Amino acid sequence: MMAGTAQGQVSGYIGIEGRRARRNIVGRVFSVVLLMCTLFGLVMLAALLVDIAIEGAPWLSPSLWQNYPSRHAEKAGMRSGIVGSLIVIGITALASFPLGVGAAIYLEEYAPKNRFTNFILVNISNLAGVPSIVYGMLGLAVFGRLFGLLEPGSAFADFLTSIGFQFQSGGLNYYEAQLFNIPWLSIRLPFGRSILAGGLTMTLLILPVVIIAAQEAIRAVPASVRQAAYGLGATRWQVVSRTVIPIAMPGIMTGMILAISRAIGETAPLIIMGAFTFVAFLPESVWDRFTAMPIQIYNWITLPQDEFRVHLAAAGIIVLLAILLTLNGIAIFLRNRFQIDWQ
Amino acid sequence: MAQEALKSNGSTPAADQDIIISVNGLAVYYGEKLAVRDISLDFKRHHITALIGPSGCGKSTLLRCLNRMNDLIPGARVEGSVTYNGENIYAPGTDPVDVRRRVGMVFQKPNPFPKSIYDNVAFGPRINGYRGNMDELVERCLRQAALWDEVKDQLRESGLALSGGQQQRLCIARALATEPDLILMDEPASALDPIATLKIEELMYELKEQYTIIIVTHNMQQAARVSDFTAFLSVDREHIDDRIGILVEYGVTEQIFTKPTRQETEDYVSGRFG
Amino acid sequence: MADITSSVDGAAVLNPPRTRRKQGYRQSRLVRNLRESIIHALLFFAGAFSILVTVGIILSLFVDAVGFFQRPEVTLWKFLTGTTWRPLGQPVVPDNFGVLPLVNGTIMIGALSGLIAIPLGVGAAIFLSEYAPIQVRNVLKPILEILAGVPTVIYGYFAITFITPQLRSFVEWLNTTVGTDIRVDFFNALSASVVVAVMIIPMVASISEDAMRAVPTSLRQAAYGLGATRFEVATRVVVPAALSGILASFILALSRAVGETMAVTIAAGATPKMTLNPLTSVQTMTAFIVQVSFGDAPSGSINGQSIFAVGALLFLMTLFMNIVSNIVVRRFREEYE
Repeated sequence: MMAGTAQGQVSGYIGIEGRRARRNIVGRVFSVVLLMCTLFGLVMLAALLVDIAIEGAPWLSPSLWQNYPSRHAEKAGMRSGIVGSLIVIGITALASFPLGVGAAIYLEEYAPKNRFTNFILVNISNLAGVPSIVYGMLGLAVFGRLFGLLEPGSAFADFLTSIGFQFQSGGLNYYEAQLFNIPWLSIRLPFGRSILAGGLTMTLLILPVVIIAAQEAIRAVPASVRQAAYGLGATRWQVVSRTVIPIAMPGIMTGMILAISRAIGETAPLIIMGAFTFVAFLPESVWDRFTAMPIQIYNWITLPQDEFRVHLAAAGIIVLLAILLTLNGIAIFLRNRFQIDWQ
Repeated sequence: MAQEALKSNGSTPAADQDIIISVNGLAVYYGEKLAVRDISLDFKRHHITALIGPSGCGKSTLLRCLNRMNDLIPGARVEGSVTYNGENIYAPGTDPVDVRRRVGMVFQKPNPFPKSIYDNVAFGPRINGYRGNMDELVERCLRQAALWDEVKDQLRESGLALSGGQQQRLCIARALATEPDLILMDEPASALDPIATLKIEELMYELKEQYTIIIVTHNMQQAARVSDFTAFLSVDREHIDDRIGILVEYGVTEQIFTKPTRQETEDYVSGRFG
Repeated sequence: MADITSSVDGAAVLNPPRTRRKQGYRQSRLVRNLRESIIHALLFFAGAFSILVTVGIILSLFVDAVGFFQRPEVTLWKFLTGTTWRPLGQPVVPDNFGVLPLVNGTIMIGALSGLIAIPLGVGAAIFLSEYAPIQVRNVLKPILEILAGVPTVIYGYFAITFITPQLRSFVEWLNTTVGTDIRVDFFNALSASVVVAVMIIPMVASISEDAMRAVPTSLRQAAYGLGATRFEVATRVVVPAALSGILASFILALSRAVGETMAVTIAAGATPKMTLNPLTSVQTMTAFIVQVSFGDAPSGSINGQSIFAVGALLFLMTLFMNIVSNIVVRRFREEYE
């Protein structure tokens, strides 16, 4: 073993074998530490699921989805919350699909590369990072109260009454008009604490997520497909609607379903915009008050009795998780079944 | 200039009907960069013209000018004129969508849509509002592309399930369905195996009876086999660092490959560079 | 170049003189262009709609916040600097509206959960990116993603039914064996921070791991070639190269922790106070807003408006953090070539 360098000095590499052994030990220890880090989250997830299963499973019964909330734990159920949640996300899906996918199409296929487009992209990315509670306040101010522009006696209020709206007072005042004199076909302004306002609030919340997911799906469509379509004399919209969107659709649907499943679990925005806690009926029109599953669960958690706080809440959580699992399962199934395999 | 003498090799004015598309003083800019300049040549109807030359000298750029596909590249700008059947396709009022229907294009890598074979061929007619018998049109185009016998029982299968050579013939059938007069082919066989390549070349022979074909190719033997006329594009020697493409020589294929008039052409076809 | 025909009809000019006439292409160019323009306009509206949303957020927060500050019982200065938050206190004076206790609660939970989540998240990211074989990664990564998808109200439940009791019994044991006298309130910041940390670990892990995987293999190969161990490659080559993405993941995760609502509302308590003790109950900005909303305060009242002032402050904080994270990514991005 050469002990000297060309100049005859002692090589600085002598004695590194000992250090090498130490480096190896450090490496081994570290890899175990890293594994621990990764497993921490998994352990927590397992603990969470076990905790919920233990506390909630014995209390699972059809009364959970058949009964309305009640002061008596044996009779209490989440019927109004389940239906409320489903209607809310129904409205959310209907509203966010055209807005979100339309925005993604515009940004990927139509928008010129200039500062304004960049501004829109930055804006969307910022909106994705806004806390959900702020969207609740947005919903309250815009959909619930319309910025207070419709206080009785204001110019807007007078305008509305002049074109046929009638003032209804109550917990929250609103102006109502019958469309074509059909009793159940009416418009109210502002939307107040209605399920429509709830659905629209959630639409704004998940809109950035939908846009970003749709953008990615559209970007994944190979350029050669667009080239071929343009080459055949297609207009831009024909290229988009007949080739790009059909190919991107599985990815778009997956993104939408994931966004919807996030919306189902959101509590704070709905509380802020005025969803109710104790609702013992099912909404019959979009203007009705409503409640949602996570709000019911939260309410039960805040009650002092253990039957509510620990057991019923856990049972409600199981129902919520079951619905989430179904939605995510559908999303994954869609993606695997319909994704095109470009060879 | 010397370029004028190279235009439409020996044709008389009365044979203008023979010219399907004519390029005059064409220059293409991508943003600030000049890519090709001073391109002037006439392409004869019902013949196959090959564009050859080393990479990056504007063959594809020139080809894509003929159906205004270059418009899709942001920052691309064209000077000069391209006259198709007597009309300048770059005139201000002309709609590029119309041009692209009239001029078919086949790309280097086969790119059928992820739709059925039938829907692939029917795509062009459908978007352009075709009112005739679609089944008959699809069959006619698949026959013309020498694909009908192989796929007539699987028209509803996905176009992506075909082999590479079949996919390219499908793309040719798809281009034929909009009933163009001129078909542009950008290295149509370079992604295919030799047997599939041969089939494409045979197809080109058959097609030229009804259509005109302009093909960009890197494969000189292919150009020599298949084309009637050949245009050689190369880099402008006077501004060699700028990589500007110019038309060096244009003539009958046999003459270009056996007795080229320019030294550069001779060097390229004999393999001394490129 | 002679005209083939003298017709002014563009379509006829484009038609060559041939025996076979083209049949059946009937689409008026005018109609088609009109349709394209309308669609373009609709799509533009959808694209620009997000700007409307941002404007809406700013208006809805700040119009009411300004209204709040215009009240005689409140001053902006006291709001931003006061250390007492007693919105229901009598008499109604500016001294009761100092927001710092709420900010204290928010930042304390944010910092604690960051302290827990960041090392664990980076550790998981390094493991998944540099150590785990691909089959293991394909199983572990989706499971981590599930953590991020669990609704926060469930985390709140987990905090008070599992974490807090465990914490209290651990402290009990500590007190009896070591003789300390530590008190853990039922509602406390630490329990909330633990579950918020679990919630944000996937964010840190995912974004950091993406950043690390973007580091070219050639850099790793060079380090291995010089005789480095895997640990050294990970810590001395990959992490520094991916630093901008990793730092960005920290800031984004903290921003998420700051904006978190339900878990802290359930587990951390409703007593605003200036404290550094994580074992006592606090109230965050978000929890206060929920508390007021649950209580049905009329919208024009001072409490009804106070939530907008607090909300505006919260929005500014998270906006600031998101902007900083963008700057960090741009400033520290390493050039590989």
